[in-house]
Formats: sequence, C-alpha cells, structure tokens
Amino acid sequence: MTYVPLDVAHVALAATLILINGAVSWAFALGLGRTLFINATRMTIQLALIGFVLKWIFEQTSPLWTVALALVMVLVAGYEIVSRLSRRPRGIEAYLLGSGTLLVVGTFATVFAVAGLIGPDPWYQPRYVLPILGMVLGNAMTGIALTVSTLLESAARERPAIEARLSLGADRFTAMAVTLRLALKTGLMPILNAMAASGVVSLPGMMSGQILAGIDPIGATKYQIMIMFVIAGSTALGVVIAGYATVLLITDARHRLRLDLLHPPI
Amino acid sequence: MLRVEKLNIASLPPLSFQVADGECMGIEGPSGSGKTRLARALADLEPAHGHIFVNGAERLETPPPEWRRLVRYLSAEPGWWSDTAREAFPVDAASQKARERLLASLDIAPDLLDRPVSLLSTGERQRLALARALIDDPPVLVLDEPTSALDPGNTALVEELLRYRLLSGCSILLISHDRAQIDRLSDLRLQLAPLHEAATGRAGAS
Repeated sequence: MTYVPLDVAHVALAATLILINGAVSWAFALGLGRTLFINATRMTIQLALIGFVLKWIFEQTSPLWTVALALVMVLVAGYEIVSRLSRRPRGIEAYLLGSGTLLVVGTFATVFAVAGLIGPDPWYQPRYVLPILGMVLGNAMTGIALTVSTLLESAARERPAIEARLSLGADRFTAMAVTLRLALKTGLMPILNAMAASGVVSLPGMMSGQILAGIDPIGATKYQIMIMFVIAGSTALGVVIAGYATVLLITDARHRLRLDLLHPPI
Repeated sequence: MLRVEKLNIASLPPLSFQVADGECMGIEGPSGSGKTRLARALADLEPAHGHIFVNGAERLETPPPEWRRLVRYLSAEPGWWSDTAREAFPVDAASQKARERLLASLDIAPDLLDRPVSLLSTGERQRLALARALIDDPPVLVLDEPTSALDPGNTALVEELLRYRLLSGCSILLISHDRAQIDRLSDLRLQLAPLHEAATGRAGAS
C-alpha cells in the first residue's frame, strides 16, 4: 500500500472531462457554458491556492498562522450561512450569529477531537487541526443555515399563531417553541441522513482520502466513525445555539415578534 | 381602568384617552386608519412611544407576559399553534371549569375542542379564540372585529357575553365595522381619521 502521486499532466487530462458538461449544456441549450467555465476555473484556482497556503502553513512552526487560517474559515462559513438565507436580518447581527456560533462549535469540536481523541504531539499541528475544523464547519454550516432559514420563514408564516401565544401571556421562547422545534429538526436532518447512508451509499470523503493515501481500511474506518460522531455532536450544538440566537434576533426585550427587523424576502 | 397618555403610533396623531372599569369604547375608522395598529400597541405587540396604565401599572414597567394578561388582545384573524383547540387552553382545574362555562355561553359543542382546528369553520374558530382570550378574566379586552365571521344569532351570544364582562368590571375596546354593534355596546367611541387626513395633520404639525 503506497501513495501514488499525481502529476500535472494527469490533472490536465481529467480536466478534459469537463467537456462532457460543455457538450450537455450545448446539446440541451442550457446556457450554462459561461457559468460552467467560471465555476470550473474558480474551483481549480481556489483548491490550488489552498494547497499552497496549507503547504506554507504546515511548514511554519507558529500556531498563530493556524489560528489565522481557522478564523478566515470561520468567517467565510459564517458569510455563507447568511448568503443562504432567503430572508436576512438587517445589520451585522446575522453575520455575528453565523460566525459566532461556528467559532464556538468549531473550537469545541476541534480541540475535543484533536487534543482529546487523536492526540498528536504537539496537538495543535495544522495538519490535524485544519482538516478536522474544515469538516466540522462544513457540516455545522449546512445545519445552521437550514435551521436559521426554516426559523425565519416559518416565523413569518406562523406569525398569527406566535402572536396569539404572546397575546395570551407567553414569553418569546414559549411563543416560538413550535417554530423552533421544527427549525432544529430540519437543521439536524442532513447529518442524521449522512450517518444512515455512509458506508452503504457513499464512502465518506475523509475515509476515501485516507485509503487512497495508503492507510489500512480498518484504521481509516475508525477515523471516519470518530469524525462522524464529532460532526454530529457539534452540528447539534451549533443548531441549538443558532436557533436560540435567531429567536433573540427576531424578537425584542418586550417579547414582541419583530419581523420588521428582517429584509423583505428576496 | 385603562389610561392612555400621548401614545404615538407611526403616522397617527398622539392619542390620549381613558376607559373606566365596566366601560366599552368603540374604535371606528376606515380601513388603514390604524385601528389594528392601535390595538396591537395597547397589548405592547408593536413598539410605540407613550404611556399606558392599567389600574396604576405602567406598560413598560410591567413584564410583557404579565402586561398581556392585563391587556388581552384578540386579533381579527387569531392564529392556532396546535392541532386541536383543546391544547390551546390551560389545563388546570379552575381553567377547565371556566372553559366549560365559556363554551356553553358561546354555544360551542365540547367535541369541537378535539377536532383538528383546520377543519373548523371560521366562525367556530373565532368563537373558540374568544373563549381562549377570556379564560383568565383579563381586566382589559382589546377585540379586533370579534364577530366578523358570525351569524346574527352567534353575534348576539358574543355581545351578551361581553355585556356580562362589562358588568363585572372589565374594560373593553371594541374595533368593529358594524356601527350598530358599537351603538349597542359602547359608552364612548374613538374615531380615527382616514389615512390621508392623519398624514396631512402630521405634515402640518412638523
């Protein structure tokens, strides 16, 4: 079992497969040619760049650079959460909510998994910290975006019911309990489904990567199971934090539902 | 007693009025004149500057859930959050007794409580929502078109129930398009100006 490096010529050869997409777009008049070209180029440049950045950071001994890249990842993921919302809260709070939740969840899950479970010496090596953080952020981001958007949309739809409960003397969390529960459930679905399907329908990315890199499948499986639990736990934590924060964001201290604090639907 | 001092609701002139215990104030005005916004502001569901007192308690000095037990707002299209109406009522023994009495006086068959809310008629939902709003005897009632979906018979039942509440000292603010209903029930009335007049008035003042 050895790792076979790929040379640039082979990567270029793989790129010819994008012509299939081009042919499909042309044959069915989908008009996707431009998007296809831009997005394929973006993907290549972004991945190449992150490759060089990671290589450079791995060569540094200072954990400061690791933290800096981790923060950039958190901020970008937070921005991505907000951009997935069809109704956006006005102001900067939504970005704080997204990135803040991810910062808490990402720190907790990464320290727990790397320092507590994997235990390299020293534990803060970027080659462990950054990939784990990336996987946690990617999944938590999906869950949080679903939770927040479900909450905002169903709060708008269920406004009469929420205000009926407020009028009857309920506090804001009681009044929004039904809505919040639906949002939490929606946010947790992807990770629950991923756990059910993994290994049968799909081989998870990290496990596939380790196997390609020449790791024994049993070892790769152990890693994958561990990371699934870490992802599930941190997504649940993130979804709950973001759910409660969103309730606070669209209500005020006088326990009013303040949908006027949202931008109109896009 | 409800006392309102210089309540400022966007685009309306500042409002001051008071409604004594056992009095009913009819609120009239064309669509868009701010009747519903006034009702929501009284229950503190919408931000508004100014003072509102109920028996000496000031709105912003009272915790919101408690305030809304003092000033009970019933919207024109009340929402439901549970499958059946029964879950929307409190479950303690005293409330159950009160519920039976309210349902009887509004002529609602008890089995409607366990039917899915979505299968009830608009009128049935409206009467159930009124029962839900009256169950803890709030001292001030703000009712937005409480009989809009009811036939004359049921309207009479609701008015009878409200009259009984007035006798027991409740203050009622009644929004209604039905002039005759306001004539029948109210001791005083508040006439809100059509939107364009209110807007002109504001422009003149500023």
